[in-house]
Amino acid sequence: MQWETVIGLEVHTQLTTQSKIFSGASIAFGAEPNTQACQVDIALPGVLPVLNRGAVERAIKFGLAIGAKLNRTNIFARKNYFYPDLPKGYQISQFELPIVEGGALTVQVEGDKPGDKTVEKTVRITRAHLEEDAGKSLHEDFHGMTGIDLNRAGTPLLEIVSEPDMRSAREAVAYAKALHTLVTWIGTCDGNMQEGSFRVDANVSVRPLGQKEFGTRREIKNLNSFRFLEQAINYEVRWQIEQIEDGHKIQQATVLFNPDTGETRAMRSKEDAHDYRYFPDPDLLPVKLDEAWIEQVKASLPELPEQKQTRYRDQLGLSAYDAITLTGSRAMAEYFEAVLAEQANPDAKLAANWIMGDLSAALNKAELDIADSRIGAGQLAGLLARIQDGTLSGKLAKQVFEAMWSEGGEADAIIEARGLKQMSDSGEIERIIDEVMAANARSVEEFRSGKEKAFNALVGQVMKASKGKANPAQVNDLLRKKLGAS
Amino acid sequence: MSLSIDDVKRIAKLARIRVSEDEAAGYQTRLNGIFGLIESMQAVDTAGVEPMSHAQDLAQRLRPDAVTEPNRREAFQAIAPQVEDGLYLVPKVIE
Repeated sequence: MQWETVIGLEVHTQLTTQSKIFSGASIAFGAEPNTQACQVDIALPGVLPVLNRGAVERAIKFGLAIGAKLNRTNIFARKNYFYPDLPKGYQISQFELPIVEGGALTVQVEGDKPGDKTVEKTVRITRAHLEEDAGKSLHEDFHGMTGIDLNRAGTPLLEIVSEPDMRSAREAVAYAKALHTLVTWIGTCDGNMQEGSFRVDANVSVRPLGQKEFGTRREIKNLNSFRFLEQAINYEVRWQIEQIEDGHKIQQATVLFNPDTGETRAMRSKEDAHDYRYFPDPDLLPVKLDEAWIEQVKASLPELPEQKQTRYRDQLGLSAYDAITLTGSRAMAEYFEAVLAEQANPDAKLAANWIMGDLSAALNKAELDIADSRIGAGQLAGLLARIQDGTLSGKLAKQVFEAMWSEGGEADAIIEARGLKQMSDSGEIERIIDEVMAANARSVEEFRSGKEKAFNALVGQVMKASKGKANPAQVNDLLRKKLGAS
Repeated sequence: MSLSIDDVKRIAKLARIRVSEDEAAGYQTRLNGIFGLIESMQAVDTAGVEPMSHAQDLAQRLRPDAVTEPNRREAFQAIAPQVEDGLYLVPKVIE
C-alpha cells in the first residue's frame, strides 16, 4: 500500500526581550540558578503579572511578516497542570483569541539530489500565541530529590502552530528552516537552538494515499536541531506504517526522540494530561492593539527573505537556488548587497558565486559567521573588480582571496606585492607556447591526428609554465592558432 | 447536563484535591447545583452581545521591556523547605 505522511509543526520561539513576559526579571542565558527568578516567577502569594510591551511588539512583528490577521483584542488564559517547575500550577498562555491568526510561509523544498530543482511549497500557519516558559527540573545528583531552577520561568515565548500541510520530513525541515530564518531576520528570536531559543514539536501521522481523513497523530516533543527533526520524523513514519501493516492501531501519544538511538519512544500515557481546563486569566485584562502601534511596527520591518528572493531572481537574474542561499540569513543577504553596492560594474552572479563558494567555505572552516568575516564586502568587491577587468584569472583570484583571508589587505596591494597579475602580453604567452610545443611534441602530434584531449593537456602545460598567470582564454586562442597554422 | 460521581472524582484528581467517597457525593450535588445556574444563564438570549473575557471593561496596561528586578534568591530561599546549590529541592518527579 502507498502511504502518505502528514506533518504539522509547533515551534516555540523565545523572544528577544530583556525581561520576562510578566515580570521585570532578566532572561539572560546562563545565570546562576534562581538568580533571575523574582517573586512573580516563583509565584509567591499575592503577586500579579504585568505584561511586557516588548513581547507583544515582537508578536505583532511576526504576525505582519507572515501576512497574518492580528487580533486587535486578544486574551490570556490559564493552562492548568501540575509540575514542580511550574510554581503557579498553571501556565499563562493564549487559547481563544491568540494575538496572531492565519498567515503563511512559502518555502523552497530541496529536490532528491543536490542540484535538483527546488519545489515551492506554501505552509499555512494556524496561529501564533504568546505564553510564558516553565522552569527547569534537574533530576540527577540531588540524593533522590529533584532540583528546580526557575530562571527560565516566565521567559516570553511565541508559539507558532502550522497547519498539517507538510507531506515529508524534508518539507518539514524546509519549513522549520524558513521559519528560523524569518524570526532571526526580523529579530524576534535569536534562533539559538543549543540554548533552546527555537524548539520544534512535530505532529506526525500517516494515511493511505488518497484517503481524506487524517490518521491518528503522535507528537514528537522538543527537537532542537533540524537534523534531529528529519531523523525523528523519518523514524516515526516508518514505525507508524509498520504498526498499521501489522494490524495495530496508532494511539495518540507524546513521544520523545533519542538522538543516540535515532528512535522515538512514547512518554507516560496521558489519559488526563490533555485536560488543561483553560479559562481566561482574571489577573490579565484583554490586550488591545491600536492601529498606530501596528503601523509603527510595520514601518520597522526590513525587506523579508521571500521579497528578497523574488527581487534577486527577477531583477538580478539569479537562480532560485542562489536566491535562497543568499537569503539564508539576514547577515548573508546584507553582505551580498554590500558587495554589489561596492562594485563599479555590479555582477550579481559573480558576487553570488564567490560568496557562496570560496567565502562560505572559508567561513565554515574558521567557524565564523558572515557578519564576522575576515574579508569585508569592500575587499571582496575589489577582488571581483580585478577578475572583471581580466587582471586576475580564476586561479590567481583564488590565491589573492587566500592571501586576503589570512593576511588582510586590498586586492590591488596583494596583486602588486605578490606579482599575481595575469599575463596578457601575447608575445610572452606565445614564447611559452612555443617552448611547451617543442617539449611536448607527442601531444602536438596527437592533437593533429584528431585527439582533442591532447589540446587540454597542452593548455595545462602552458598554464603551468606561466605559473598560472597566463590568461586562459588567450592561451586557448593562441595555442589553437599555432597548432592550426603549422 | 449533570456530573456523575466519576466526573467529580476526575475533576478532584486533576486539581490534586483528595476527596473521600462521602465528600464526593456532596460535591456532586453542589456542582450540579452550579450547572443548574449555568443552564438558566444559557437560556438568556445573548445574540449580538460580545463575549466578555474579563469583568472590567478595560484594556491591559503594558510595562516597558526593562530589567527591574534584582537578584533576591537568598531572601526567597530562606523560606524554602529545602535548597541546594541555589536550586529548590522537591520530591523526585520524573516523566
